[in-house]
Amino acid sequence: MAAKPQSLRPLASLLRPRSAYRCQQHQQQPQFRSYSAAPPGARLNGTVNYDTTSILNHTSKTALSNPELPENVRTGPTKSINLYTAVNEAMRHALQTDERVLVFGEDIQFGGVFRCTMNLNEDFGTERVFNTPLSEQGLIGFAIGAASEGMRPIAEIQFADYVYPAFDQLINECAKMRYRAGKTDMHCGGLVVRMPAGVVGHGALYHSQSPEVLFTHVPGLRVIIPRSPIQAKGLLLAAIACNDPCIFLEPKILYRAAKEHVPVGGYTLPLDKAEILKTGSDVTVVSYGTPLYTCEAAIQKAEKDLGCSVELIDLRTIYPWDRETILNSVRKTGRAIVVHESMQNAGVGAEVAATIQEGAFTRLEAPVKRVAGWATFTGLAYEQFVIPDVARVYDAIKKIIEY
Amino acid sequence: MSLRHGIRRIPVGRALQASTYTQPSITPSIPRSWQRWSSAAVSPASERILFPGALNSKLTNDLEFTSPSTAEAIPTFRVMDQDGVVINNERGVGTTDEEAVTLYTQMVLLSIMDTIMFEAQRQGRLSFYMASAGEEAITIGASSALDIGDVVFCQYRETGVYLQRGFTLEQFMSQMFSNHKDVGHGRNMPVHYGSRELNIHTVSSTLATQIPHAAGAAYALKMQNAQRPDLPPRIACTFFGEGAASEGDFHGALNIAATRGSPVIFLCRNNGFAISTPTRDQYRGDGIASRGAGYGIETIRVDGNDIFAVRESIKEARKKTLEDGGKPILVEMMAYRVGHHSTSDDSFAYRQRVEVEDWKRRDNPLTRLRKWLEGRELWNEQKEGELRRKLRKDVLGAFAQAENEMKPALKYAFTDVWENVTEEQKSQVTELLGVLETYPEEYDIEHHEGGLDSLRELVKK
Repeated sequence: MAAKPQSLRPLASLLRPRSAYRCQQHQQQPQFRSYSAAPPGARLNGTVNYDTTSILNHTSKTALSNPELPENVRTGPTKSINLYTAVNEAMRHALQTDERVLVFGEDIQFGGVFRCTMNLNEDFGTERVFNTPLSEQGLIGFAIGAASEGMRPIAEIQFADYVYPAFDQLINECAKMRYRAGKTDMHCGGLVVRMPAGVVGHGALYHSQSPEVLFTHVPGLRVIIPRSPIQAKGLLLAAIACNDPCIFLEPKILYRAAKEHVPVGGYTLPLDKAEILKTGSDVTVVSYGTPLYTCEAAIQKAEKDLGCSVELIDLRTIYPWDRETILNSVRKTGRAIVVHESMQNAGVGAEVAATIQEGAFTRLEAPVKRVAGWATFTGLAYEQFVIPDVARVYDAIKKIIEY
Repeated sequence: MSLRHGIRRIPVGRALQASTYTQPSITPSIPRSWQRWSSAAVSPASERILFPGALNSKLTNDLEFTSPSTAEAIPTFRVMDQDGVVINNERGVGTTDEEAVTLYTQMVLLSIMDTIMFEAQRQGRLSFYMASAGEEAITIGASSALDIGDVVFCQYRETGVYLQRGFTLEQFMSQMFSNHKDVGHGRNMPVHYGSRELNIHTVSSTLATQIPHAAGAAYALKMQNAQRPDLPPRIACTFFGEGAASEGDFHGALNIAATRGSPVIFLCRNNGFAISTPTRDQYRGDGIASRGAGYGIETIRVDGNDIFAVRESIKEARKKTLEDGGKPILVEMMAYRVGHHSTSDDSFAYRQRVEVEDWKRRDNPLTRLRKWLEGRELWNEQKEGELRRKLRKDVLGAFAQAENEMKPALKYAFTDVWENVTEEQKSQVTELLGVLETYPEEYDIEHHEGGLDSLRELVKK
C-alpha cells in the first residue's frame, strides 16, 4: 500500500469542483489551469448549462410537482441548494430522526473535503459524527460491525478512487453477511457507504474514477448514483432506511454545479425505479449521474438537427436495476443508447444492452449502442477525450437513427 | 443552516437537537498529553518535544535507535504450572470445583468431537473440518469468562466458544452436514457456525475481516450501554490467529478501536503456525502482544494451556474494556497447534512429527487441567473413562441423526441475498425451474426439503 498517493490527500480541497463549472464551461476563464475544455468555436461540446437544464428544478413549483414525493412534502417549503448541501441535509435529517444513525470517515469532523458533513459534528456530537484513522478497510469493517449490532452507520470514503482497500470488506463481508447468517438474521442492513465519484476536470487518475460496476457485480449490495440535489436527498434517506447495505456514489462535479429547489422536509425516493426524464418515440437514452446532463444537451441538438424524438431515462439505482422501465421504453422506441463515464468493458452498458437484446430483440431497429469511457485511464490532459461528451452522444443518436 | 461555511460558527439549532448520545461518560477519554500539543509550542528551553504526533518525548543528544531485540520479551501470565500445581495459592484459580469439572468436560467433548469429525472427513462423509487440538483451553476458558450478552466474532478455530455458550451437538452436526436444520441453510462450509441467541456472528473464511467488525460492534454496544444503563453492559470479543494479525484489517481495527474507545477484547490465538508458515516467517517482533503498545492498547500475554490463566485474564480484560468510557484490550494467548491446519492439510510436510508428539506429551491444556483436578481428588481414571464413553456416544448419535436429515429447501439458494428477493432473481429462478423441469434426471432434487415446490413458491411471491 506504499503506492497510495497519500500526498494528494492534502490537496483534496483544491480538487473540489469550482463554481466555474456551473455555467458553460468553454466560456469560463477558471482561475486554475484548464486541462480539458471545449474550444471557443464548439457547437456541441461545452453546451451543458446547469442554470437552465430541465433536469434541475429551478423553481419550487416544478420541484414539488414530483409525484414520487409524499403528500406532506409536496405542500411544504423548498430551498434552492446544491448537491453537497442536499447530501448534508439528508444526513442531518437522518441523525435527527433516528438515534441509530452514525456518520464517520476520514476528515469528516470539520465538514469533509467536499463539505458534505458540515456542522454535523457540532450539532450531533463526536459520539455520532467523528473522524476515523486513515484506513478504508478499517473504517468500513468498523461500519459493518456497528451495523451488525443495530446501528445505521453512514461511512464516507473520501474519494471512490480510494475504496479498494475496503474491497474485501464490502464484497466478502458486507454483501454476504445476511446470506451466510441465514436464519440467524444477522446482517449489516442500514449501512450506507458514501463516496464522491466521477470526473471533475482535473482529477486525473486518482480523483476521477467511477467504480460502480465493481459493485454492481456483487449480489447483496445496492448501488445508487443520484443526478441532482432532490434525488440525492431522497435516495440517500431511502438508502439509510433500507435494510440492505448501499453503495452511494455522489458525482463530485455536481456537488456545487447542480443546484435546485429541494423540499425542506425529509422524504425518500424509490430504490427500485428508474425515472423517465423526458419522453420520446425514436430512441431511448439510458444513463445515470453526471452524463445525464451531457445526454440532455446532446438530445436537444439532435432533436433540432435530425428531427427525431429521444427518450431520456435515469437509472438512479444501478443494481438491482429497474429492467422493466428500460425494456418498456425500448419496446416503444426500438433503439437504445447507454451512456456512462466508467469504462465500456464489462460496464453497466454491457448489462443493459444484453438485457435489451434478451427482452426486446424483435423490437430493435438497430444494435444497442454504448457511449462510455474508453479502455484507458483519465489522464490529466485527456479527460475530455476519454469521457463521453455531447459530441459523442450526439453522434451516437445520429448513427443509431441512420442505421 | 446548510449554507454556513465557517466551521467554527456556533450552530444556532444545537440546543434543539440534543443527541441521545451526549453523555460525557461515553465520550472517548483523550489523555491529557494528547490535548496539550495544540496549546503549546516547543520552547527553546523545553526538555520534551511537543510535536503533535509524539507525546511527551524527551529530547536527547544521543544518536541511538531503539532496538526491539534488546528489550525483554513480554512475560506470559500463568496461574498453574505444567503439572497442574497452582503457583500462587493466594491468587487462586478464580474457579469453583464444579466449574472446573464442567470446563474439563467441555474440553473433552470438544476433543472427542474433533477426533470423530476429523476421521469422518477422512472417510469422505464430511467435506471439511478444523480441529482445535491444543487450543481447547483458550476458546472454552475465554468464553466462560465472558457474559452471554457479549458479542463474539470468531475466525474459524473457535468451536469451543460455541460449545461453551450452548451450541448443541445437533446444531454443530446440522451445520456440518448442511441439512435442513442448519440455521445457515446449508450455505457455509463446515465449522462456519453462527448464532443470534448466543451472540456469535457467523464465521467467514476470510481471515481477519472479523477484527474491525468487533471494533465497530463494540462501539455500537458502547452507545447502547450508555442508552440503557439499567441493563448489564456488553462488550465485543474477537478471536483471530497470529497469521491473521498480519492482515491490514488487524491494524485498521486496533487503531480505530483505540481512537474510538471501543470496549472490545482482541484475542489472538498464537498457535505458532498459519497453515504451514511458522511465526519466524510471519513476523519479527515480540509476538502479537508487542503491537498493543503501538496502538496505545493495554495488553497481556497469557499461557493458553492454562485454562485458569485464560479465564482470569479475560475476566480482567473484560472489566478493563468498560473502564474510562470504554477501551480495547489486546490479549495474546500462547499455544501450540497440535493438529493439522484443517482436513486439507498434512502438517508433517512442514514440521517434524516428533516435534508435535513432544508438545503433546510435554504440555497440553486438557492434561494440565486434569492434573489439577486429580490433585484435588475431583477426577480419576474411572471418571475419565465413563465421561469419554458417554460423550463419544452422544457425538456419534448426533452425527448419525444429522447425516440422515433432508437437505435444505432449494429456495435458500436465492433468499437472504438482499432483504427481499429481487425481480432479477425471480426471473432467474423461473429460468432455473425451466431447466430442472426439462432435465429432471440431471439433478438431485428429492433430497431437498420441499423439492421444486420451494422454488415455485419463490416465484409466486
